[in-house]
Amino acid sequence: MKKYLSFFRLRFTMGLQYRAAALGGITTQFAWGFMEIMIFAAFYRADAGAFPMSFSATASYLWLQQAFLALFAVWMMENEIFDAIVNGDIAYEMCRPVSVYRMWFARSIATRLSRAVLRSFPILIVAAFLPHPYGLAAPASLKHFILFLITLVLGLLMTVSLCMLVYILAFFTISPAGLRLIFDSASDFFAGALIPLPFFPEKMQRIMELLPFASMQNVPLRIYGGSMSSYEMKRAVFLQVFWLTAITFAGNALCRLAQKRVTVQGG
Amino acid sequence: MRSIRLYLHYVSINIRCVMQYKTSFFLTAAGQFLVSFTAFLGVFFLFQRFSKVEGFTYSEVLLCFSVMLMEFSLAEMFARGFDQFSGMVRSGEFDRVLVRPQNEIIQVLGSKFELTRFGRMLQAVVMFIYGIIQSDIAWSFSKALTVIFMLIGGTAVFTALFLIYAAFCFFTLESLEFMNIFTDGAREFGKYPVGVYGEKMLLFATFIVPYALIQYYPLLYILGRRKELIFMFLPLLACWFLIPAILFWKFGVRHYKSSGS
Repeated sequence: MKKYLSFFRLRFTMGLQYRAAALGGITTQFAWGFMEIMIFAAFYRADAGAFPMSFSATASYLWLQQAFLALFAVWMMENEIFDAIVNGDIAYEMCRPVSVYRMWFARSIATRLSRAVLRSFPILIVAAFLPHPYGLAAPASLKHFILFLITLVLGLLMTVSLCMLVYILAFFTISPAGLRLIFDSASDFFAGALIPLPFFPEKMQRIMELLPFASMQNVPLRIYGGSMSSYEMKRAVFLQVFWLTAITFAGNALCRLAQKRVTVQGG
Repeated sequence: MRSIRLYLHYVSINIRCVMQYKTSFFLTAAGQFLVSFTAFLGVFFLFQRFSKVEGFTYSEVLLCFSVMLMEFSLAEMFARGFDQFSGMVRSGEFDRVLVRPQNEIIQVLGSKFELTRFGRMLQAVVMFIYGIIQSDIAWSFSKALTVIFMLIGGTAVFTALFLIYAAFCFFTLESLEFMNIFTDGAREFGKYPVGVYGEKMLLFATFIVPYALIQYYPLLYILGRRKELIFMFLPLLACWFLIPAILFWKFGVRHYKSSGS
């Protein structure tokens, strides 16, 4: 465990060095969030009755989504890992007396957290001061806020465990480009990154909520605004834990299989 | 004339190069198709819930979205070299470009021709046809011509944006993330007619970065909401945006200091 903690610490402090990049990211995400809010405001003006949750809850969802983008954006994968698989550096990683799976897992969490730490607070603070329905509202209650924090962590772990599957599959396909394109667009769609899941037709939404993708940003961001009933919240947390266990287990098994038949590409 | 021949030669080299890896090409193109297909699904499902947005119906939004996507894909196909320009500056490759007795814009343009964007283009065309079938526009010659003008103007505007994006690299050596909001962001949010975003955004998109000229105003003409002929030619007017972009680029080239690698 200590080994992985130091991997984590190393990556985390390294990630904190990129402050200029973070500033650029903050501007982009702020502008992005602003445009998203304007689209939903236009739909709200068109037909307020068709809105599945209050406008304020939608705005909070969108701001939190931008603020915590680094935690949940599946397309922000570690390019170094793919490079290592393609150019053969993977051999060094496998020589180390550590589990490749856990090492990469710790490293991915560290990168995502360091980015989020740098970027989230400025966005959250500015969004909190925007006029009422357009800004980030206070959480529905203290209970909701605590649950939000817990599911945020579970959601991050879930995102990383899904990305781990893609890294490991790259062992088999070598060129990760096509795989990544398909995975990125499918998970953006099913996770509620494109449009929040409640905006889908009811039948579709019911199925989508059961998929592992819904256990990422969908749960914490909706709990924060209080748009889930207590039964739905319980079920969502249960599903998060279930999928997290299942997918890390599958990832570990697949990783062992991949390591047995890995071919090192040159070097 | 010579520079056009040179550019076409660059393009043919690029295509032959890509065709060496046929499977990878088709997979990436299919991936591109899929990426914009989910964006389409997003619009589709929102309109299952809402019938209109600011007076625009589903099929009208689709027309707007598909034309915008075509404009963007065309620009990305041709001007991809500018998108990846930061690498060229950092590696010192641009020094080599400068010593050749040819226009440097043509050379950077020719450095990359992204044929895989064909996948996205195809998706846009399919969506465009679907949008036309769904809507009840009385097509005429002038309206069809307007679509072509939109494609020309739009490709010019996005190319100009890529050019500005690249010119920033002369000063920062790195590509600036916030510029993405003007390129990828415009593609994402240009799904809906600019008018949806309110008066101020429309003013910005008319006089500063002319998105509205290649999207909103000609769309009004095609939909028959505005009859004035000027709306048909506005997209061509948007090409003016290339001028400040090229001036900025020239300014950047004059200030270029080699990264030394």
